[in-house]
Amino acid sequence: MATDKPLTKNIEIGRAPFTFQQYEAAGGYESVRKALTMEPKDLINMVKEAGLGGRGGAGFNTGLKWSFVPPPDGQPRYLVINGDEMEPGTFKDRLLIEHDPHLLIEGMITTCWALQATTGYIFLRGEYIECEQRLLKAIDEAYDAGMLGKNILGKGFDLDIYLHTSAGRYICGEETALINALEGKRANPRAKPPFPQVSGLWGRPTVVNNVETICNIPGIVANGVEWYKALGKGDFVGTRISGVSGRVKNPGCWEVPVGITFRELLEDYAGGMQDGYELKGFLPGGGSTDFLLPEHLDLVMDPGAVQKAGSRLGTSLIMVLDDKTCPVGCVRNLIKFFAHESCGWCTPCRDGLPWVEHILNKMEEGRGEMKDIAILQEMTTYMGPGNTFCALAPGAAEPLQSALKHYRAEFEDHVAHGCSYKKH
Amino acid sequence: MNNIIATTAIKARKLTDEEIHDIEHEKTHYPYTQAVGLEALKIVQKYQGWVSDESLLAVSEYLDIPPDELEGVATFFNMIFRRPVGKNVILLCDSVACWMLGCDDLQAHITNTLGINYGETTKDDLFTLIPVPCLGACDKAPVMMVNRETYRNVTPKKIDQIIAHYRDGSPVELDG
Ligand SMILES: Cc1cc2nc3c(=O)[nH]c(=O)nc-3n(C[C@H](O)[C@H](O)[C@H](O)COP(=O)(O)O)c2cc1C
Ligand code: SF4
Ligand code: FES
Repeated sequence: MATDKPLTKNIEIGRAPFTFQQYEAAGGYESVRKALTMEPKDLINMVKEAGLGGRGGAGFNTGLKWSFVPPPDGQPRYLVINGDEMEPGTFKDRLLIEHDPHLLIEGMITTCWALQATTGYIFLRGEYIECEQRLLKAIDEAYDAGMLGKNILGKGFDLDIYLHTSAGRYICGEETALINALEGKRANPRAKPPFPQVSGLWGRPTVVNNVETICNIPGIVANGVEWYKALGKGDFVGTRISGVSGRVKNPGCWEVPVGITFRELLEDYAGGMQDGYELKGFLPGGGSTDFLLPEHLDLVMDPGAVQKAGSRLGTSLIMVLDDKTCPVGCVRNLIKFFAHESCGWCTPCRDGLPWVEHILNKMEEGRGEMKDIAILQEMTTYMGPGNTFCALAPGAAEPLQSALKHYRAEFEDHVAHGCSYKKH
Repeated sequence: MNNIIATTAIKARKLTDEEIHDIEHEKTHYPYTQAVGLEALKIVQKYQGWVSDESLLAVSEYLDIPPDELEGVATFFNMIFRRPVGKNVILLCDSVACWMLGCDDLQAHITNTLGINYGETTKDDLFTLIPVPCLGACDKAPVMMVNRETYRNVTPKKIDQIIAHYRDGSPVELDG
């Protein structure tokens, strides 16, 4: 029987990741053997039908994204793996790469066949040293075994995979900025259209996918669409890595069926809040999502359901805000991050974020004024969707605008008395 | 920095054989040389500790990338150091999960112990302290790195151990 945990079945924290031989003995690289007997367009349709949504934050149907790549013309085309993972509170791609690097490589080979790409790049966050070492080893092993390089499995397919390590800059996770970074340029985002699928790396068709997205491909291709769909709960399909950080009893991340609720994740997996702490709210999927409240715990962790509640599922790694942590301070910390990581291209982002940070600093220090709350509110509209070149500024506005809505009294209290929480 | 390079007599230094070897290896991964710019800066930093004007010019000449363009890349990335750093670089995560679990207290502890704030280096050139965004280990917050090693569930006591470790090689436990 095929596994019900296709992403983490080989993962055992504390032991070294599987070598090529161990990975293959555990059923690995089966999807490559199968894929190379299939027509690329059938593979793309298969992934489309499986209903896999991108795990990088936006959740776009992966097969559909692949289908926008024009037919082969004999010139290079690229698959680029987004392993930049710098969104505060997100720690899933690190787990997957560190503990089962061959799963990503297998997914890349199968995907490259589907796209008829003969070069793949892994764009990895520079600070992920263990990931770098383990990936380099796994890539070497795959070359030695004839899974990479010329004439893979004797099927006449050539593929090279290269690892690119970055040097710490959140905006590189935005896919067009990532492409500029990979070309050796300053990583400002590019205008879309053209979309990377048509004109990306060095002007050639390029698919950028998240690490976890591509780790789903081996299972789907080896075990089929029906198997994949059945992994989800109810009408939901597949599994995903979800997790919890903050003051819970058992913080961590786990492979869960898509379709569980926030409450199940928080209580059954993370063990609930630590003794002496109450849940005040949570960010459902990274630092650039709107706060949700305890009353939202019974929502299904599905992009559509979360959107209806006024937030985004994002990376599905939730951060809990407890009753002893200052929500204004929490937002200030997030804004400081976004202000620092802005690429500086657009005014609402480059100038707006430091201004917001300045106001939040004033409030925390007890120097805030009532009109500051109105200014913060106004700033969220300037930074909102449509006013900037990329989604960084709108993402930064999300925790701020939701905090102003849900925790308004606390902002007012800061203006009146300064911060009354224990100093962090 | 751009102006310094453009207007003064700073000259490119000679790249070492090791640096050239590593840069040549990276070149085989890309169809265009410009793509190697950041990798080359990282290679130089690996051997020299930081990227001086002389190093930047050397890479610029070697790869035939205009110095201003390469400087634009160098200054864009958090982890390319355009000023000297100490022998050991402490990267303390100051993002939200670590903040909730007390990274500001840890910073205060490091500052008290070593006498350095963010962005500063100890007088003996042994340590530089720099804040770093979320290190992707938020379930084990607070988190920090020293050079290429990650430390999780950090406490003030553990910081003392870690500092001692980089001073005299005494053991320190890794967690998670
Ligand atoms: C500021 C910003 C940062 C991002 N960072 C990441 C990241 O670190 N990893 C990631 O996979 N996607 C990130 N994304 C989303 C990517 O632009 C892109 O949508 C994603 O890599 C597509 O992969 P997927 O379809 O497999 O989800 C970021 C987006 C923005 C706007
Ligand atoms: S929104 Fe911010 S990060 Fe995005 S392009 Fe504009 S300035 Fe750069
Ligand atoms: S917030 Fe510090 S590791 Fe994620």
